[in-house]
Amino acid sequence: MNTLRSSLTYLILIIFGLTMIVPFIWMISTALMTQAEFNKQETLFIPKEEFHVWDNGTTEERILLVMEKGDKSIIHVLDKDGNIEEEYKEVPSEQVKHIRKKPSLHFANFIKAFNKVPFATYFGNTLYVSFMSLIGVLITSVLAAYAFGRMEFVGKDFFFYLFLSMMMVPEPIYLISSYVLLDKINWLDTYQALIIPWCVNIFTIFLFRQHFKSLPKELFDAAAIDGCSTFGMLWRIIIPLSKPVIATASIFSLIGSWNSFMWPLVMTNRPELRVLQVGLSYFNQEASTQTTLLMAASTFSIVPILILFFFAQKQIIASYAKAGLKD
Amino acid sequence: MKTKWKISPYLYILPALLLLVAFRLVPIVMSFIISFFDWSLQGTGKFIGMANYGTMIKDPVFWQSMGNTFWLVIIQVPASIVFSLLFAVLLNQIKMFKSLFRIVYFMPFVTSLVAVSIVWKLIFNEQTGLANTFLGYVGISPQAWLSESRGIFYLMFLDIGIELPKFLHGPSQALFAIIIMTVWKGLGYNTIIYLAGLQNISKVYYEAAEIDGASKFKQFWKITVPLISPTTFYVLIMTTIVSFQTFAQIYLMTDKGGPLNTTKLIVYYIYEKGFDVLEMGYASAVALALFLLILGLTILQRNLEKHVNY
Repeated sequence: MNTLRSSLTYLILIIFGLTMIVPFIWMISTALMTQAEFNKQETLFIPKEEFHVWDNGTTEERILLVMEKGDKSIIHVLDKDGNIEEEYKEVPSEQVKHIRKKPSLHFANFIKAFNKVPFATYFGNTLYVSFMSLIGVLITSVLAAYAFGRMEFVGKDFFFYLFLSMMMVPEPIYLISSYVLLDKINWLDTYQALIIPWCVNIFTIFLFRQHFKSLPKELFDAAAIDGCSTFGMLWRIIIPLSKPVIATASIFSLIGSWNSFMWPLVMTNRPELRVLQVGLSYFNQEASTQTTLLMAASTFSIVPILILFFFAQKQIIASYAKAGLKD
Repeated sequence: MKTKWKISPYLYILPALLLLVAFRLVPIVMSFIISFFDWSLQGTGKFIGMANYGTMIKDPVFWQSMGNTFWLVIIQVPASIVFSLLFAVLLNQIKMFKSLFRIVYFMPFVTSLVAVSIVWKLIFNEQTGLANTFLGYVGISPQAWLSESRGIFYLMFLDIGIELPKFLHGPSQALFAIIIMTVWKGLGYNTIIYLAGLQNISKVYYEAAEIDGASKFKQFWKITVPLISPTTFYVLIMTTIVSFQTFAQIYLMTDKGGPLNTTKLIVYYIYEKGFDVLEMGYASAVALALFLLILGLTILQRNLEKHVNY
């Protein structure tokens, strides 16, 4: 009974696991096909290279099989480049052979897609924007969390609830007015429009505050006796003891800004300012019929985050779980 | 020394406060103000009082977008909760390959919405998509998916020869395709949250139930479901708020919220009004309506939570 139940558990988990992962497998395998192979829809995943040859006793020539009528076959003979050399040739069917070879992997699609639009620029922009806003988020959050977590001051509750209530307002609500605001200060179509507004993250402030509060009071008392300044305590005690939570916040911030789409879509127009997600969405419009290239572009756009994820999956998953429960 | 201690807290919160005031508070307030103006980027606009709100109440596309958004929320949120709780309970029971399954389930959540929207758009392609290929394996005829404006319930019942009345047609098949994709995208996060929640339930309850001879199924209903309810409320709130904001899928997978506006969700409508037709005043009014809706739901859910929590 127990083995039956456990195999059933695994069966369900595997079926749903496949559902989760099949879109990715399909994406990669489509990215590796030629457009003709994809359009033919003969296989779901990477096709085998298949062709016919005409073995006339002395040489083997690549051919296209037009039709087979009993012991006679009609073929097009191909030259080295795959162009038709001789049309509608009639040969004995026994001389025509069907060859199946290794899977055909067209890695060239990745290079083609990458060069079709300036993806290198898009990657660069995304990296720049992600890291600049990460630095901003860490600085503003550590400072604010220090005040909220370890200091007493008039209006602390007021500011705390002000921050909390602003966290409740989702981005689409202030998207239009932010556009108007950035237009008024002439920031549209600039890097600072993508970076500065995202140099603060209320969630990170609360995450840090929670951690800073949990540090033992004795450490600070001892430091105060040694004449350590307020800032010195932050720099010498809190930050060294907060590396894991800082790493967590950094991961959230990087994943968030790598994947952010609506804001950069609205706030930038110049192609040289496009971040990866926006560039990909334009590519989706331009190359809508070139399935294989679209899939190649989608693949390389998620690879950096997936690499980060695979290397730190344990910490990432644990961080999301912990952050979720704390709320 | 004493005065320094008093000023410094404010200095520490100042950078965050300045940014939040400039790029959150000011825009939120501006959003409210702009909604009373006939505002397109040229000039500053004209004050028109409540006119945008008047237009909104009579705008059929606004109501259709709201309706579509409700369908998304009403189907996606429960589906996500049921599946993620199921996954979490199953994952909690196994020992081998546990982390492998966690990685697999979590992968869609960390990947970008833009990339996976492109992939799912192709999956739902009528001729070359994976969805119809799989349906073909189980003997179901190819569906139009993203270009099908007829209701999903209508189409299902049509297959067995029943023609449903109009009000039971449900969301369009196109929107249903979006819902499937959205559930897929967010499932991993909810599973992880549930998994963490399950680990907080003491084993003592299950041991006691085991002695009393309660079946696993009964244990699930009588122990797991009630004791996990705080997590369920968290998941419910978060998933609802996030799904009200669905945008990228619509932008990338559909033709401007088509066919026949059946996939036009409220945030897409805000975007379209604001940036395609440049009716920013009107778009702000719609955004404010959405805000009130989300706020109301949050308050409602938090109040409910007090009654249901154990």
